[in-house]
Amino acid sequence: MPKITVNNKEIIFEEGMTVLQACELAGAEIPRFCYHERLSIAGNCRMCLVELEKSSKPIASCAMPATEGMKIKTNTPFVEKARKGVMEFLLANHPLDCPVCDQGGECDLQDQSLFYGMDNSRYTENKRQVKEKYMGPLIKTVMTRCIHCTRCVRFATEVAGIPELGAIGRGEDMEITTYLEKSMESELSANVIDLCPVGALTSKPYAFEARPWDLKKTETIDVMDAVGSNIRVDTYGREVKRVLPRVNEDINEEWISDKTRYSCDGLSKQRLDTPYIRENGKLIKASWNQASNLLISKLKTFDPKQIGGLVGDLADLEMIYSFKSFFEKCIGSSYIESRRDRIYLNPQERINYIFNSSINGIEEADFILLVGTNPRLEATILNARIRKAYVKNGVKIYSIGDPGDLTYPYKNIGSSTSVIKNIVSDSHEISGKIKKSKKPLVIIGESALYSQAGQYVFETLKSFLVEKNFIREDWNALNVLSQQASRVGAIDLGVFLISGDDNFNFFNMLDNDDFKFLYLLGADNISFDKKDKFVVYQGSHGDKGAEIADIILPGAAYTEKNGLFVNLEGKLQNAYKASYPPGDAREDWLIFKDLANLMKKKIGYQNAQQLRKLIKDEIEKKNKKRRY
Amino acid sequence: MLKDEDRIFKNLYNDLGWDIDSAINRGDWIHTKDLISKGKEWIIKEIKDSELRGRGGAGFPTGLKLSFAPKNVSTRPHYLVINADESEPGTCKDRDILRFEAQKLIEGCLITSYAIGAHTCYIYIRGEYVREGQRLQEAITQAYNKKFIGKNACDSGWDLDIHIHYGAGAYICGEETALLESLEGKKGLPRLKPPFPALVGLYGCPTIVNNVETIAVVPTILKRGAKWFASLGKPKNTGTKIFCISGDVNSPCNVEEEMGIPLKDLIEKHGGGVIGGWNNLQAVIPGGSSMPLLPKSICETITMDFDSLIKAKSGLGTAGVVVINKDHDIIKCIARIAKFYKHESCGQCTPCREGCGWMWRMLERMADGEGTHKEIDLLYDVTKQIEGHTICAFGEGSAWPVQGLIRHFRKEIEKRSHEEPLVKKKSNIPYLIDQHILEKDNA
Repeated sequence: MPKITVNNKEIIFEEGMTVLQACELAGAEIPRFCYHERLSIAGNCRMCLVELEKSSKPIASCAMPATEGMKIKTNTPFVEKARKGVMEFLLANHPLDCPVCDQGGECDLQDQSLFYGMDNSRYTENKRQVKEKYMGPLIKTVMTRCIHCTRCVRFATEVAGIPELGAIGRGEDMEITTYLEKSMESELSANVIDLCPVGALTSKPYAFEARPWDLKKTETIDVMDAVGSNIRVDTYGREVKRVLPRVNEDINEEWISDKTRYSCDGLSKQRLDTPYIRENGKLIKASWNQASNLLISKLKTFDPKQIGGLVGDLADLEMIYSFKSFFEKCIGSSYIESRRDRIYLNPQERINYIFNSSINGIEEADFILLVGTNPRLEATILNARIRKAYVKNGVKIYSIGDPGDLTYPYKNIGSSTSVIKNIVSDSHEISGKIKKSKKPLVIIGESALYSQAGQYVFETLKSFLVEKNFIREDWNALNVLSQQASRVGAIDLGVFLISGDDNFNFFNMLDNDDFKFLYLLGADNISFDKKDKFVVYQGSHGDKGAEIADIILPGAAYTEKNGLFVNLEGKLQNAYKASYPPGDAREDWLIFKDLANLMKKKIGYQNAQQLRKLIKDEIEKKNKKRRY
Repeated sequence: MLKDEDRIFKNLYNDLGWDIDSAINRGDWIHTKDLISKGKEWIIKEIKDSELRGRGGAGFPTGLKLSFAPKNVSTRPHYLVINADESEPGTCKDRDILRFEAQKLIEGCLITSYAIGAHTCYIYIRGEYVREGQRLQEAITQAYNKKFIGKNACDSGWDLDIHIHYGAGAYICGEETALLESLEGKKGLPRLKPPFPALVGLYGCPTIVNNVETIAVVPTILKRGAKWFASLGKPKNTGTKIFCISGDVNSPCNVEEEMGIPLKDLIEKHGGGVIGGWNNLQAVIPGGSSMPLLPKSICETITMDFDSLIKAKSGLGTAGVVVINKDHDIIKCIARIAKFYKHESCGQCTPCREGCGWMWRMLERMADGEGTHKEIDLLYDVTKQIEGHTICAFGEGSAWPVQGLIRHFRKEIEKRSHEEPLVKKKSNIPYLIDQHILEKDNA
C-alpha cells in the first residue's frame, strides 16, 4: 500500500486518491469551495493549497493525485499565507451583506473566513456588481455574491444531466447564468442551493423565512415518492420551514428532488385541524366525541360486507397496520385495498412488487430495460442513479414506451406489448443483448402494470427472467417501480383485495356499488360514484376525499408523526416527528386505538412500542429469504 | 553579430519569395526523407544535443519534451499541436514565420510528428491572423501538392495531415492546455496539471504542444547538425532566436540573432537606437509584456538569453523587446499592461480573476498620483499572492510586470503619490496621538 506523509504523520492511502483525500485521512482538514466529492474536480477556488516538499509553489490538493512518498504540510505559515491570500481575493468582490443573506450561519465562505480572513479589508476599490439572474421560482439568485466555484454548473451538467447552467464572460466579468434567463428545468435543480458555498443561489420560497440556528432539525424520511429519500426537516415552532437532503449512500446519496424539497409548503395550507360532520349537505365543525360516536353508530347500521376501506399514498406503516386491525378486529371486514390506481399485483412473493436490484445495484448493471416507466418523473433520484450508471459505465439503456428526455440517451424500442412478446420469444434484437449481459435490469413501471394487461406484462417478463436465470441470489433483475411511499409497506402488511383471478376485486365491488360505507384513509386520488354511500375521510389535507366525506377525522401529515416507511426497494426506514399536527388533528394510529376502545373491542396494542413490534414482526415474516 | 550563413530564417523579410519553390531553393525540403529514415531516436537525440529550448516563452528543453511522448502508439493516437496563438504584446515573430517561412514550419511538423509518432498535426492560429492563416493554408496546399505531406510524405512512408484551427481572439488560448480545450471546441480554460498533455492531451490522447519557432528551426538543426546549433549562443542557451524590437526605437523590426547578444547591441544595431538617444532610455521589457521590465542600468550590460535574464529577475519570454524611453510614463505603461491582463484573465481560478482587476485599478490610481505609499506594499503583496497560486502561468505573467515596476521604479511611484505616509518609519513624533502604533509590540 502506498504511503504519504502529512504533517510528519505517515499514513497509508488508497491508490487513486487525491492529496486532499489523503490529508483528510490523516485528520488534517483542508478548506475548500469548489471541491465536492460527487462532482468532477475543477481546482479553481485555490483554497485547498498545501505545501509539497521540494515544490516552490503551493499545490492545489484537490486536483493533485497522491503519490507514494509525497511529503505534505498543511499547517505551515507558507500554507496559511497562501490561503489567506486566496481568501482575501474571494472576499475582495464579495459583498459584505451577511446580515441580509439567507446563507448566513451555514455559509462556507463565512466559516472559512473565520480562519483565513483578515480583520479588515485592504480592497478599497469599488466592488463588482453583477446583474441579477433569473433561475425560476425555486432558486433565488444574488449573483454578486458568487465566487465562481462552478459547483452548480458541474452539478447541472454531470448529475442532473441538463447542461442549462454555464459561465459566460471571462476574468472578472465571468458570470454564472442559465444563458437566456430561463428557469432551470431539471427536477433536481434545487440541489444547487445546497451546493452553493455562498449565498449566490438560495431557496426562493425560503427567502428571509428563518435563520439556520433558530431551526429545529429533524432527520426523517421523504414520502413524495417511493424512493424514500433521507431528508432533514427544519422547523420553526410547529411550522416546517424547509426540507434538506441527508446523506444516504444507498438511496439518495445527497440529492433530493425539487418535489421533495418544496412540497413542505403544503403542510401549512388546507389542513384539516378539527373533525367535521356533514349535516344537511354541509360540513359542520364537530368535536372528536361527536364525530367518533357518529362513526361508531353508523358502523353498526351496516353489514360488515358493505364496509370497505382504502389506504392513500402517504400512509406510514403504523397507520396502515392500525387501519387493518381496526377493520379486521373491530368491524369484521377484510375489504381493504391500497392500490388505488389498479396496479396489477402478484402477492405470492415479495420480489414481485419491490425494486429487487436495489438503487445501488443500478450502478453495477450492464443493461437496463425500462418498461412503461418514466423514472425521471416517477422516481427522480433513481433516475439520477441511472444517469450515473450511464456516465460511469456507459450502460446501454432501452425503453418500451416513450418517456421523452430522461437526461441520458436511450433507445425506444416500441410502445406495445408485442415488443415484450418478441423479446420473450427471442425474436427481438435486444433479446440477445439481455442474454449476453451479466447484470441486466428490467424496470417495470406502473403504467405497464395498469389494469388487466399488467398481468401479461409482469408474468411474461418475470418468467422470461426466471428462465434466463436472472433472478438469482446475487442478482435479481426484476424491478417494479412503485410511485407511492405507502405502496410496498401496505402490500407487505397485506392491504390488498384479490380473490382468485380477480386482481381488482375491491374496485369491482366499488363499481358494483357493493359498499355502503367507505373509509378513506388519506385516499384522495380516486374517482367513484358516491350515490348513497356513507364516506369517512381520515387524513391531513382537505382535498377530494374530504370534499365527499360525511365524517372528516383530521390526521397528521408525514412530518408530524413517528412512522415507519418501506421504500420501493423494501427497505424499512424510520421517519421522525418534526412538528405537531395542527389544532385537534391527531396521529392516525391513536385515532383507531381510541375508536376501538370506544367500541369496546380489542385492537391488539395499546401503545406505539407494541404497535411497532407487531409491524416489524409482520415485515420480517415477509422479508424472509426467498429460495432461489 | 550573426553571420549570414548561420541564419535559419533567410526569408524573414520576404526578399526571396515565400512560395514553395523559392523555399526549396533556400534549402527547405531537401534530404527530409533521409532525416526521417535515421529514426525517431536519432531525431530526438539530435534535438537534445542541440540544447534547443522552447521559443514560446517558458524555455523548456524541446528534446526533453519530445521524449515525454509514449514510445509506442497504443490505441490512442498521438498528436502534434503547433501553438501559433501568438498574442503576447510586443511579439510578432511567429507571424513572419507563418507568412514567409511557412515551409520550414511544415517541414518541422513532419519531422517532429514522425519523432513523436503523430499522424495528425494541428496548427492553432490566433483568430486575428486571418491573412497569415490564409497564407499558411496556401503553403500547406503547396506542400500537399508536392507530396511533401499527406499520405507517404516525402516518400518516407509516414502519413501526416496538417490542419489549421483559428482561435477566437483570447490570449489565454496561448496556454497549452487552454489551447487544447479550445481546439476541442470548448471554452478556453487551462486544465489542471498533472496530467500533462504529453500523456493526456488533445481528446485525452498524448499530445506535444510546441511553439511555431521551435518547430520551424528543427529541420535546419537536423540538417546542419546539433553541434553547429549548439556552437551558437551561450551554453544551455544555444542557437539563434528571432527578436522582435518595438517601442521607442528608430526602426522597429524582427531580427534573427544569436542567443546571448547584448541587449544594447540589439537595440543600437538592429533597432536603430532608442528615440532620443541611449540616454533617453527609461526601461526595456525584454520578453513580451509578461516579463518584468529592466531599468536602463541593467540594460547597459545584460545579454539576451534565458539564464542571464532570469538572473536579472526578468526573463527572455518570447523575446519581444519593448523599449520605453523617458517620454513615456512608466507607471501608465505598466497600468496598461495590467489592464490587458485584467481583460484577458479567463476567470477560472480565484487569485488571477480577482487579483488582475485589483492590480490594474491600483496602478491606474498610482499613475494618476492618487495612490498612497502604503499601497505600494499592498500592490506588491497582491502580486505575490497571485504568483504561484493559479492553475496556469497566466498568474505569473500578470504579476511579474507589476513586480518589475515596483522593484525598479518604486521611487517614481512614491514621488507621485499624493500623500506622505502618516507614520514614517523610524521617526518619533512625540505629539502624535497614535504614538502607540509606532511601538512594535502594540502594532
